[in-house]
Amino acid sequence: MITLQNIEKVYRTSTIETLALNNINLSVEKGEFLSIMGPSGCGKSTLLNVMGLLDEPSKGDVKIDGKRASGLPDKELSRFRNEKLGFVFQSYHLINDLPVLDNVELPLLYRKISGSERRKLAIEALEKVGLSNRMKHYPSQLSGGQRQRVAIARAIIGKPAIILADEPTGNLDSTMGNEIMDILMNLNKNEGTTIVMVTHDENMSKKTDRLVRLFDGSQVM
Amino acid sequence: MLKNYFKITIAVLKRRKFFTFISLFGISMTLTILVVVTAFLDHLFSAGYPEINREKSLYSMTLEQIDSKNQGQQSGPMSFSFVNKYIKSLKLPAKISLTSMVSTANMYRDNKKIRVFFKYTDAEFWEIHQFDFLEGKPYTTRDIDNNEFMVVINEDLRNKYFGNGVSCIGKTIDLDNQKFKIVGVVKGVPITRPHTSADIYLPYNTTKEDLKDPSYRGSFAAIVLAKEKNDLPKIRAEFAEIARKIPIVSQGGFNPDKINIRLDDYVESFLINLFRREDNSTFLYSLLVLIALIFMSLPAINLININTSRILERASEIGIRKAFGASSKVLVGQFVVENIFLTLIGGVIAIVFSLLIIFYINTSQIIPNSDLAINWKVLGVATIASLVFGLLSGVYPAWRMSKMHIVDALKA
Repeated sequence: MITLQNIEKVYRTSTIETLALNNINLSVEKGEFLSIMGPSGCGKSTLLNVMGLLDEPSKGDVKIDGKRASGLPDKELSRFRNEKLGFVFQSYHLINDLPVLDNVELPLLYRKISGSERRKLAIEALEKVGLSNRMKHYPSQLSGGQRQRVAIARAIIGKPAIILADEPTGNLDSTMGNEIMDILMNLNKNEGTTIVMVTHDENMSKKTDRLVRLFDGSQVM
Repeated sequence: MLKNYFKITIAVLKRRKFFTFISLFGISMTLTILVVVTAFLDHLFSAGYPEINREKSLYSMTLEQIDSKNQGQQSGPMSFSFVNKYIKSLKLPAKISLTSMVSTANMYRDNKKIRVFFKYTDAEFWEIHQFDFLEGKPYTTRDIDNNEFMVVINEDLRNKYFGNGVSCIGKTIDLDNQKFKIVGVVKGVPITRPHTSADIYLPYNTTKEDLKDPSYRGSFAAIVLAKEKNDLPKIRAEFAEIARKIPIVSQGGFNPDKINIRLDDYVESFLINLFRREDNSTFLYSLLVLIALIFMSLPAINLININTSRILERASEIGIRKAFGASSKVLVGQFVVENIFLTLIGGVIAIVFSLLIIFYINTSQIIPNSDLAINWKVLGVATIASLVFGLLSGVYPAWRMSKMHIVDALKA
């Protein structure tokens, strides 16, 4: 489903060059729940960003469903992200000026879908994460766990084949963290969604199908 | 999608009220001035009381005599006999009027000095223009042939001289040591319409100028009314043929070798008088457009700065939208649409301010008898100006922000 070949990512400034990812080769199979672990600054989020086409690798290829994604023009890349990928971020990244329902339907704004259909699908997505009673609330009126559930609803509304989650439980207490993990596992088991999750939490990673460890930008396991 | 953009625009406007105030203040002030200037230009150049036939009228205001050998030039209004001989002889027009340039004189009433503007006209003057007679009627060709000393005055003079609303038909006034019987009172004409604006209109037979003087220069001009607008080119051609045959005569040591005289439409005649340039309507329109663009671009540049910082605050939102499938082009569209919403709000405020300013101009007599108005044409210009302003100030920040790297935007 996702294939990374010889991925290298270098950050350059005028004085310094930092190798964030070094020769990463990784395949994620359809329906797999993969977790990525490693110490802070080892390149976990960079790897996830490269997989999610949010960042371009300095070298190497990213293939999703056999299609080479790196180097695609902006318009195609945007469509690709919109249709194939869903993101869940540690700090939720909701638009605070919009109510929950509008936040959730955001990915569908960039598809040819009518307003009423968007509303219907957004309500369905919110029902899946148990937040249909908070549709008109603004993100600032919700708890951390509720915000992350809104973020998950936004990630799944477009029915993407892959969800990329960057420390989705990182800002939550263990109870809330477990709730979020349950939702992700449910999506993986019952709907067959492929999930790649960056985490610091060993317990969370144990619940996934496979674990990849990074150290100083290199894959160690 | 537009609904979503509108929601976010309103939310962003509410979020930083001071920035919003500065933006809206800049936009609305700029557009207010543009709307008022447009209303004034519309008042100047569009047909209005009493010159409602401007569209099918031509004007000959100036005769230019050139001595190219000595680089000498004389120009100004024409003599009565010149207008009569060379312009009044046109066959194609429906009507031709002869009118003098406006002059000033002082009148006295109850030891109070009243400064008045007056002009001499023929009877056709009243047929070409649609004056609103509050009482009485205009003088006729027969009155002129009978050498009657009669006048039409405007409402302002009647009120100053006889008292507010007091009927004055049949009464006399003294002007330049001559007595004139008042035969009509008209609603005042704004001074911005110099062909028809005056306090007193006198028949040309009462002028002290020698009407039989054969010299070319004098104090008269001509206004030509066509039957149809389509006839204007034919009338110009007919006059060009006449003008070609006007003999060039020397006078008082001035030896011209060329004569320039034309029939111009209203805007051309206005511009020639203003800039003393020939064939300059394109020049003036270009100048006005240039001034408007410069005028709009300065606050637009300022707004670009404000918008850039406003959009920078929304870097995270840009990152989110991009991550979930918005292309750079879609984002540019979103921010431009948002900016157009903002400028349209500014446009609505500007219309309200403009109405207040125009009401003040019309009632305060800064421009006597002015009738500035916000009509559909002015509204159209205001809307287009708002859109151009919105585009000018929205495209660059939107383009810059849309190019932002997603990961950097999300970290912001």
